[in-house]
Amino acid sequence: MAALNVRIGALELKNPVMTASGTFGYGLEFADFMPLDGIGGIIVKGTTLKPREGNDYPRMVETAQGMLNCVGLQNKGVDYFCEHIYPQIKDIDTNMIVNVSGSSPEDYAECAARIDALDEIPAIELNISCPNVKDGGMAFGVTCAGAASVVKAVRARYHKTLIVKLSPNVTDITEIARAVEAEGADAVSLINTLMGMAIDIERRKTMLSINTGGLSGPAVKPVALRMVWQVAKAVNIPVVGLGGISSAKDAIEFLMAGATAIEIGTANFLDPAISIKVRDGINDWLDSHGCQSVQEIIGVI
Amino acid sequence: MKKYVLDLTVVSVEQIHERYVLIKLTDVQPLPEMLPGQFVEVRVDGSPSTFLRRPISIHYIDKVNNQLWLLVATVGEGTRWMASLHTGDVVNCVLPLGHGFTMPRQTDEKFLLVGGGVGVAPLLYLGAEIRRMGGEPTFLLGARSAKDLLMLDEFRKYGQVYVTTEDGSAGEKGFVTGHSILSQERFSHIASCGPTPMMKAVARYAHQEDIDCEVSLENLMACGLGACLCCVEKTTEGNLCVCKDGPVFNIKKLLWQL
Repeated sequence: MAALNVRIGALELKNPVMTASGTFGYGLEFADFMPLDGIGGIIVKGTTLKPREGNDYPRMVETAQGMLNCVGLQNKGVDYFCEHIYPQIKDIDTNMIVNVSGSSPEDYAECAARIDALDEIPAIELNISCPNVKDGGMAFGVTCAGAASVVKAVRARYHKTLIVKLSPNVTDITEIARAVEAEGADAVSLINTLMGMAIDIERRKTMLSINTGGLSGPAVKPVALRMVWQVAKAVNIPVVGLGGISSAKDAIEFLMAGATAIEIGTANFLDPAISIKVRDGINDWLDSHGCQSVQEIIGVI
Repeated sequence: MKKYVLDLTVVSVEQIHERYVLIKLTDVQPLPEMLPGQFVEVRVDGSPSTFLRRPISIHYIDKVNNQLWLLVATVGEGTRWMASLHTGDVVNCVLPLGHGFTMPRQTDEKFLLVGGGVGVAPLLYLGAEIRRMGGEPTFLLGARSAKDLLMLDEFRKYGQVYVTTEDGSAGEKGFVTGHSILSQERFSHIASCGPTPMMKAVARYAHQEDIDCEVSLENLMACGLGACLCCVEKTTEGNLCVCKDGPVFNIKKLLWQL
C-alpha cells in the first residue's frame, strides 16, 4: 500500500482522485455505487450567486469517444446551496469543493464569500472557463486580464484554498495560468471542455440548442495531458489535471505530466464507481513498481 | 431505491420485428426490485462509434424466472449492438433508474395504458403489476400497420387490448386518440408512452376530459443519475431531469401546450 496523500495548498487529500464538477452531482447521486469518502475530493456542481435555468434542451450530443454538452450552469444559486444542499453533504468525509461561476468579478466574489462561511467546504474551484454561457464564464478565462480580475476579486473575499479552473480554448494556456497564480490562486485545474459542434445532416441543423458545446471524454485526453504538462512547467502552484481520464493508466499519465491531483469527469457516466477503481489502480501500479508514495511519480516528465 | 451496477447474462435475444428485438437478461442473484416505468442504462461494449450508455425501458420483470426483459428498437449503433448479443453474453447495466408510474391506490381505479411504437415497452410491466394488485388495466396500442403491433399476446395476459393502426390493417383505423373505446368507457387514470406527438395528443384528451394522466419521456441522456443535467424538460418547477425526476411525469407538471 503506497502513500497516496497529496497537498494542494493548505488542502490535504487522502489520495489524488477527485470527481469533476458537473459530472458527479453533489456526490449523493453516486452513494449507492461507491464509498464517497474513498476519494480525495468531490467537486460539486457549478454554483452561481443567483439561480440559473441553464440552456434549452437539447444540451448533449454523443461524439466519437466523447460528448458535447451545453448545460449552461443550471443551478439553484448559492443561497439554496448553503441552506438545502450543504447540510446534506457536509458530513461526507472527504474534501467537498464547490465550483463557483459568475457573470462579473463582483458576483464571483460574493458567491465565493458566502461559501467561505461554510465550515466543511475547505476549497472552491473557480470556473472562469465555462464555454456555454453568454455572460461571464469563459469570457473571463480567455484573457490574462479577465482571468486576473476575477481571481483578484475573489481572493480578496475568499480565504481558503482557491483552485482556478482554466479553459483550453486559448492560444497559450500557460499565460493564463501565470496570470491567476500572480493574483493569489493556490492551484489551477485544467482543462475545462474544448468548444465544439455537431450537425444533424438530415435536418440540416446543429444538434445543440445554442449550436456549440463543450467536448469532454477520452477524445480530449491528449490535449489535456499536453496542457497539464505545459502549465506544470510554467507555474509554481499545484496543478490539478482533468480531461478524459477514464482509467488508472490515464490518471498516472497526468500525474507524471505534473498534476498533483486529478479529476474524473465524463467517465463517471460510463461507470459510476470509476473513481474508486482509479484510486485502487494507482495504488496497485505504485505497489507493483516499487514506489512507496505517489509523490515519486508526480512531475517526472 | 438503491441502484446497482450489475453484469447481467443474456438469456435470449429474439428478433420480433425487422426493427425490434426482445432481450431477456438474468443474474445468478435475485434481481433487485424494479418498478414499472423505471429504466436501465445499458453499457455498449465494442462499438467504435458509441460512447455513452443506452437508456432502455424496463419492459417486464419475469419474477418466476428472475428475468429482466428489454424491448429494444434498433435505431442506431448502440441498439444494433444490443440486437447482436447472444445467449450467454454479459451486459453491464445500471439499474433501476428514474421515477416510475404512480400505481393504483384502489383496485377499482380504471387505468388506460396508451402506447405507440416501441413506447409500448414499459406498459407491459405496468399492466402486469396493476393486474397483480387486483386491478383490471385496459391497453390501447397504436402502430402504423398490423405487423408493427408488438407483444400483443403478452399484453392480453393482463387486460383488454384495443389497437389502432394508421393503415387500418388491424383494429380501428387512425390514431389512438380516435379509438371508440374512449367514448364508451370512462377511465380514472391514463398512463402513456410513445412518440411525443402521440403522448401530446393523449395528454390533450386527458386534460379535456379531466383524467389524471402520466407520460413517460425519453429525452437524450448522458448520466442517467441526475448528475449532468443534460436531459432536462421544462416543468412547473423549472428544468427537471427526465432521468431522475422522470421519466414519468404527470402532465400537470409539464409545460406542454394542451
